[in-house]
Amino acid sequence: MSESLCRLPIHQLRQAIERGTCDPRELVHQLLDHITQRNPSLSAYMTVDPERLKRQLEERVQHGPRGRLFGIPITVKDNLCVTGEETTCASRMLTGFRPPYSATVIERLRAEGAIIIPRANMDEFAFGSSTETSHFGPTKNPRDPERVPGGSSGGSAAAVASDLALGALGTDTGGSIRQPAAFCGVVGLKPTYGRVSRYGLIAFASSLDQIGPITKDVTDCALLLSVIAGHDPKDSTSAPTKVDDYVGGLSPSLQGVRIGLPAFSDKGLDEMVRERVGEALKTLWRLGARPVEVALPHIDQSIATYYIIATAEASSNLARYDGVQYGYRAQEGKGQGARGEGEGSRSPKPTAQNALIAMYQRTRQEGFGEEAKRRIILGTYVLSRGYYDAYYLKGLKVRTLIKQGFDEAFKRCDVIVMPTSPTAAFRLGEKLDDPLQMYLSDIYTISANLAGVPAVSVPCGFTSNDQPVGLQLLANTFEEAKLLQVAYAYEQSTEWHHRKPVISEQ
Amino acid sequence: MAVVNQQEVEQVAFLARLALAEAEAAKLASQLDQILQYVQQLQAIPTDEVKPTSHVLALSNITRPDQRQPCVPPEDVLRLAPERHNQFFKVPKIIE
Amino acid sequence: MDYEPVIGLEVHVQLATASKLFCGCPAAFGASPNSQTCPVCLGLPGTLPVLNQRAFEWGVKVALAFDCQLACVMKFDRKHYFYPDLPKGFQISQYDQPLSQHGHLDIALGPSTKRIGITRIHMEEDAGKLLHDPVQPASYVDFNRAGVPLLEIVSDPDVRSPEEAYQYLLDLKAVLGYLKVSTCNMEEGSLRCDANISLRQVGTTAFGAKIEIKNLNSFKAVKAALDHEVHRQTSLLQQGGTLAQQTRLWDAKAEATELMRTKEEASDYRYFPEPDLVPFVIDQALVERIRRELPELPAQRCARLAKAYGVSPYDAQVLTQHPSLAELFEGALRLYPHPKPVANWVMGEFLGYLNANGKEPDEVQLRPEWLAHLLEAIDKGTISGTMAKELFVDVLAHQRDPNVLIEERGLRQIVDEAALNQLAEAVIAGHPESVKDYQKGKANALMYLVGQCMRHSDGKANPRQVTEVLKKKLETA
Repeated sequence: MSESLCRLPIHQLRQAIERGTCDPRELVHQLLDHITQRNPSLSAYMTVDPERLKRQLEERVQHGPRGRLFGIPITVKDNLCVTGEETTCASRMLTGFRPPYSATVIERLRAEGAIIIPRANMDEFAFGSSTETSHFGPTKNPRDPERVPGGSSGGSAAAVASDLALGALGTDTGGSIRQPAAFCGVVGLKPTYGRVSRYGLIAFASSLDQIGPITKDVTDCALLLSVIAGHDPKDSTSAPTKVDDYVGGLSPSLQGVRIGLPAFSDKGLDEMVRERVGEALKTLWRLGARPVEVALPHIDQSIATYYIIATAEASSNLARYDGVQYGYRAQEGKGQGARGEGEGSRSPKPTAQNALIAMYQRTRQEGFGEEAKRRIILGTYVLSRGYYDAYYLKGLKVRTLIKQGFDEAFKRCDVIVMPTSPTAAFRLGEKLDDPLQMYLSDIYTISANLAGVPAVSVPCGFTSNDQPVGLQLLANTFEEAKLLQVAYAYEQSTEWHHRKPVISEQ
Repeated sequence: MAVVNQQEVEQVAFLARLALAEAEAAKLASQLDQILQYVQQLQAIPTDEVKPTSHVLALSNITRPDQRQPCVPPEDVLRLAPERHNQFFKVPKIIE
Repeated sequence: MDYEPVIGLEVHVQLATASKLFCGCPAAFGASPNSQTCPVCLGLPGTLPVLNQRAFEWGVKVALAFDCQLACVMKFDRKHYFYPDLPKGFQISQYDQPLSQHGHLDIALGPSTKRIGITRIHMEEDAGKLLHDPVQPASYVDFNRAGVPLLEIVSDPDVRSPEEAYQYLLDLKAVLGYLKVSTCNMEEGSLRCDANISLRQVGTTAFGAKIEIKNLNSFKAVKAALDHEVHRQTSLLQQGGTLAQQTRLWDAKAEATELMRTKEEASDYRYFPEPDLVPFVIDQALVERIRRELPELPAQRCARLAKAYGVSPYDAQVLTQHPSLAELFEGALRLYPHPKPVANWVMGEFLGYLNANGKEPDEVQLRPEWLAHLLEAIDKGTISGTMAKELFVDVLAHQRDPNVLIEERGLRQIVDEAALNQLAEAVIAGHPESVKDYQKGKANALMYLVGQCMRHSDGKANPRQVTEVLKKKLETA
């Protein structure tokens, strides 16, 4: 087994490594060859340092713990801090930032013997659904380089889909794991809020962000989740709830499982996506599951709610990027004469701090991309004096109603099924100039973040032009085991996860 | 009717310490207005009796014991600084 | 027209916990720049806060000491503004569900007290510190202080004069000192104060335009700045001027305030609930446990001292201003049960020494037994009152028991009859002229002979006894 090691799922490689039939060195060298060949056209990774990776490989193989991920290369999104590795959130603002600490999830991966490939591409600060807002340029969809891989964890999903990593970690604030997993034809799971520690995840919206796996199949997803899940004393919002045996709980039977089918607006839902999801449901009934109609009130308002809460938190989380301690700082005296800068603007006039204020303003003007600025302005606006109640507070109240809707629905069903995205992967540039249209493409994924419930996207077929479609399953909080079991049963009765993108068959 | 105009966008940008070029401010104002118009749909939902949710988890009183942990060597963070002066971070002069 | 000042005070007190509010860095003062920091208190991307349990409990303790109503559930909020000493671009503070509200402090005003309302006490993290280069156009940031736990104690606008403000601060500091939650050192910044003041015509109830004063580095500065503002605002109003809401800075050298910012420039802090922290339930069990741990507070102790030992209300007030003074007083009384002289020595000699040396009561150790031994030695006539005062300074300077010093230095007075007889006889024999003068009725002669005895004994003779002995010998000669 030499030619196609990278194509195998982790759980198979693991057995081979344990049996001694696979050498992790060979695996990594093969992977590096793939990366060297394919990454320049794909840009799944912003940069790759093969020598550094080889050194890490030797260190890991010789001294690393022989845990559940021994010798397995896992890539992580560029918003997860890795000690000494440049971690930039694909932003000019964090250029050169090498944190002196690692995210808890990185430590957990390493404790199981994994080899970390840093710098998976993403939308800048995870602001986007296409990986086009990356300061380092967009990632291409491995199945069609004219199309986006989805976002914001587009680099992670593309890397896994094209065998440039055995598995990946992404982050999901409004669908950023599930939608790119769907667009790239792989499995992506957003865990329950609080299931995985956020320590070391560079925050976008703290009350919505979760880290989760992007993998080739559901078994790998369960494996990675079991490695990264669990309580972390460094994260006050990390739940002390017991971690289930996600891998051991996988079974092909769906006997007696109640599948909730919510009513929602299907405006903008692609006909082929609707068909694929319909077929997937038939498969679920065939496996023994039965349908239950559920109501998810205010689900249609989830985008409006989300963009208030998420941008408010983002504007706050991004306030720390001011050019003082780390990252980008605009050079003095190189102003662009912009409005609102120092004196002479219509903004409130700073009295005696002009040099400092100008430094802040230009650093942030030059360091942030367009989408980041848009969200900072929107978030600042909804929190500002006179608008808080009408926007932010209103958003938090509607969030309550959305959460209550899920609580009620899960009294009647085990798992809710929806499409992951209203369409398959769209073309590069198609929505870049229309932010609202871009936001609306998150319609099916956002509510899981608002309610804090876990959700997974699994491949459920292809459109007529061969673009993958994702089936989204949602479960009640901390019921990842149930969620994965349904996803597994569905996956095992289909062939979708075996259909590799063209690019990896070259 | 517009919900937000360019002048308000410029004021908010100042609060957020973002300099905006004229064209940028105008474009942002129109995009922001479009988004805020969309967001207005929430006003139709009655929420007088609804409590706000800022945490979905039912966690409370998460604390740590008052124990010292090792600090980071100053050099490890000062080397990240755009500008430094000995063991300080350096910024343009602030006159109070 | 007569105006009265309406004053409110905002006190920030650093809690002397072992570690910072949200991370494990030491909260101590005086380390080299940026050496007491970590990714959390530096606000580096991806890091998260976790609340210090002791800081939380001390917050509850302080709130109880000021009779505040504790929140059932408190939460933290983010307060946004840009400043280089603020690592995250926001401060973790409390906005609409603070730790506690509606408390009070009874301050001493002459023989009576006045109740000053406490609007709220909330918890927040401190910011770093800025240094300004005297030559280069640059400022330097030290984040050691960033994340140190703070309580903000906000008074109601109940204070009516700069003197009341001063007393409020003294009494507030006394309470904090008793609770042992802070070093309360203004020079090191562990206690900081902002004041706000408006004037209104006597007899009216509406508030005038509020002037906030910052940069107040001592209680005396608070009083001086308020005095200055009362004067400035009064003359402005009397000349027909009007006042607008402002923030002003106190310039201690110029003894004046100067404009810092006007209301139009006031910030919009964009508070919202801190999503990285969960809510904190303050339940009855916690409150009762902490209430039981509360020490006797200055007001209670003051009343008890007055009642139990019969000291005057003023003395009791001074003695209870700082816990170590009251402990010294009561400790010495257990060994030397005479309240009046003990009180006099604590308030006179000891406080005098502290003032002269610019020290706080807990910065100089005086063991109760040392004071008791000193007073006993005076009573026994071992040393004179004058000697005792000199010795007291040495006791403090060398941190030694006065009995030990008396022995070591041979300071013991000569009280032995035989020795004194011998001394008197020698002096009488050596000064026949003076003896004659005495017998002629010159009163000065006795004084002279006593002086000679003191000289010959290196001052160790007990002057009262020596006078008696001399008289006896001269009468019978």
